[in-house]
Amino acid sequence: MSIRERMSGNEAVAFGIKQVNPDVMPAFPITPSTEIPQMVSTFIANGEIDTEFIPVESEHSSMSATIGASAAGARALTATSSCGLAFMWEELYIAASDRLPLVLCLVNRALTGPININCDHSDSMGARDSGWLQVYAENNQEAYDNFLMAYRVTEHKDVKLPMMVCQDGFITSHAVENINLLETETVRKFVGNYEPENYLLNSDMPMAIGPYANSPFYMETKMNQRLAMKNAKKVILDVCNEFAEISGRHYGFFEEYQLSDADYALVMIGSAAGTTKDAIDNLREAGIKAGLLKIRVFRPFPDEEIAAALKHVKVVAIMDRSEGFSATGGPIGAEVKAALYDAGADVIAVNYFYGIGGRDYTVEDAEAIYQELIEIGNGTKKPEQFKYIGLRK
Amino acid sequence: MASQRTDISKINEKSPYTEITPGNQIYGGGGSREFKTGEWRTQTPVMNWEKCAQCLLCAPFCPDSCIPVEDGKRQDFDYDHCKGCGICAKVCSFNAITMKEGI
Repeated sequence: MSIRERMSGNEAVAFGIKQVNPDVMPAFPITPSTEIPQMVSTFIANGEIDTEFIPVESEHSSMSATIGASAAGARALTATSSCGLAFMWEELYIAASDRLPLVLCLVNRALTGPININCDHSDSMGARDSGWLQVYAENNQEAYDNFLMAYRVTEHKDVKLPMMVCQDGFITSHAVENINLLETETVRKFVGNYEPENYLLNSDMPMAIGPYANSPFYMETKMNQRLAMKNAKKVILDVCNEFAEISGRHYGFFEEYQLSDADYALVMIGSAAGTTKDAIDNLREAGIKAGLLKIRVFRPFPDEEIAAALKHVKVVAIMDRSEGFSATGGPIGAEVKAALYDAGADVIAVNYFYGIGGRDYTVEDAEAIYQELIEIGNGTKKPEQFKYIGLRK
Repeated sequence: MASQRTDISKINEKSPYTEITPGNQIYGGGGSREFKTGEWRTQTPVMNWEKCAQCLLCAPFCPDSCIPVEDGKRQDFDYDHCKGCGICAKVCSFNAITMKEGI
C-alpha cells in the first residue's frame, strides 16, 4: 500500500534513507543539501534507524569516509551540493576505480564562482567523466524513487560502481509537493541486505583495495570500468521493471512526453522538464506537435536509445543547464548531437543554455523555443546555436 | 568462499583486462612481499658490521620495515623494498651505515 504524503525533495530522500537504513553516512553540510544529513541524524538521534553518522570536517573527508566505510563492507552514502562535490573530486575517481557501490545524494547547485546557491547542473556535469552512475529527478517523487533503486544497481555484481542520485537545488529539494511513499517493509524487501563478497573487515579473507596501478594496469582498469558502465544499462532497466511492480511507477533511461509523433522536441534534465510539459500541453492544444525527451540516466549515456527516440523529429533543441566553456556546446548538447550523428539521424539540432545559476525558465520561455524550432523547421529562420535563454541583452 | 576469489598470483603485466579483478582488488594478505619496490632507490644504505653496536635504533626508524631483526640482532637490509631514504644512516650513532650512490 502506498502512503500519500507531502514532502520536499530533501525530505523525500531523507525518508528514503530512513527506510533503507544504510550502515554508514559521513556528511558535511552545504546548501541546499544540508537538510538530508540533518534529517537523517535526527532519525538516528530518535532511535528510528541505526545508521552510523560521521560528522566530518569537509567534503573531502565525507567522501573519503564513505569510501572507507564502503571498502570496509558497509552500505554507505553521503550527500552534498556544488562546491562540496568539487571538494570531493579526487575521491570521486577513487570511489569509481575502486568499484565501490556507494551512493551520493546530490542536490544540484551552481558551482562557484561567482558564488551562487541556486540550481544549475555545473556540479554534477563537471563530474560526468568521473566514472559514476548519474541519475536525475524531475521532482520529489522521482528523487525518492531513484534513491530506492540506487543500491540495487550499484551493488549488482555486473556493475559495482558508485551512483549520484541528483535532484535540482531548491526547486526540487525545498519545494513541497505531493508524494506517494512505499511501506518501509516493501522498501527493505526490495533493496535487500548488503552482503559484499569481498570487504576489508572480513579477517578470514584478507584483501587490499586501491593498489598502485601504473601504465601496465591503468588502461585495463579503465576498460573494466567502461564495461561495468555498459553493464549498468541492463541492470538499471531490470531494476526499473522490478520497481514498477512494487510501486506502479515506470522508469527507464529517459521519459518521453508527447514525443512519439512530435515534430519539435526539447531534450533536458531535471525539474525544468515539468515546465516544458506545461508548454507542450498548451502547444498541443494549438495543434503543434511538440514533445520532450527528459533524460533520467545520464551515466551511462543511453546514446542509441536517445537517437532512436529522436530520429523522427524535425528539429530538436538540446537544453543544457551548465556551461562547458568549450566555446561551443554544453555537455548534454555535445553528447546528444554525437548520438544523433552516430545513428545517422536526419534531425536539425540546436543546443541552448538555460537556468544557469538559477535563472528562471518559464512556460513562456519553453513556448518561445518551440516557436523557434518551427521557424527553423520551415526555413524562415536559420539555426542559432548556443543561445542563452533569458539572458539580458 | 575463498575458492571463488581470483588467484591474483596469476595476474601479471601480460594479463588481459578480462583477467584483472574489479577495482584491482588484491585478494590475500602480505602482497607487498611480491611487489619489489627497491628498484625505486637512487641511493643505497651499506652496513659496516664492525662499527654496528646492535643498538637497534635504526630498525624502528625505517619507514619501510626494511631492517629485519632476528633474535635481538638486526640483519642486513631488505633491498627488495628499501627506497634508500637514508634515515637509518642519519640516526645511527656509530656511523655504521653509509649511503652509496645508485642501487
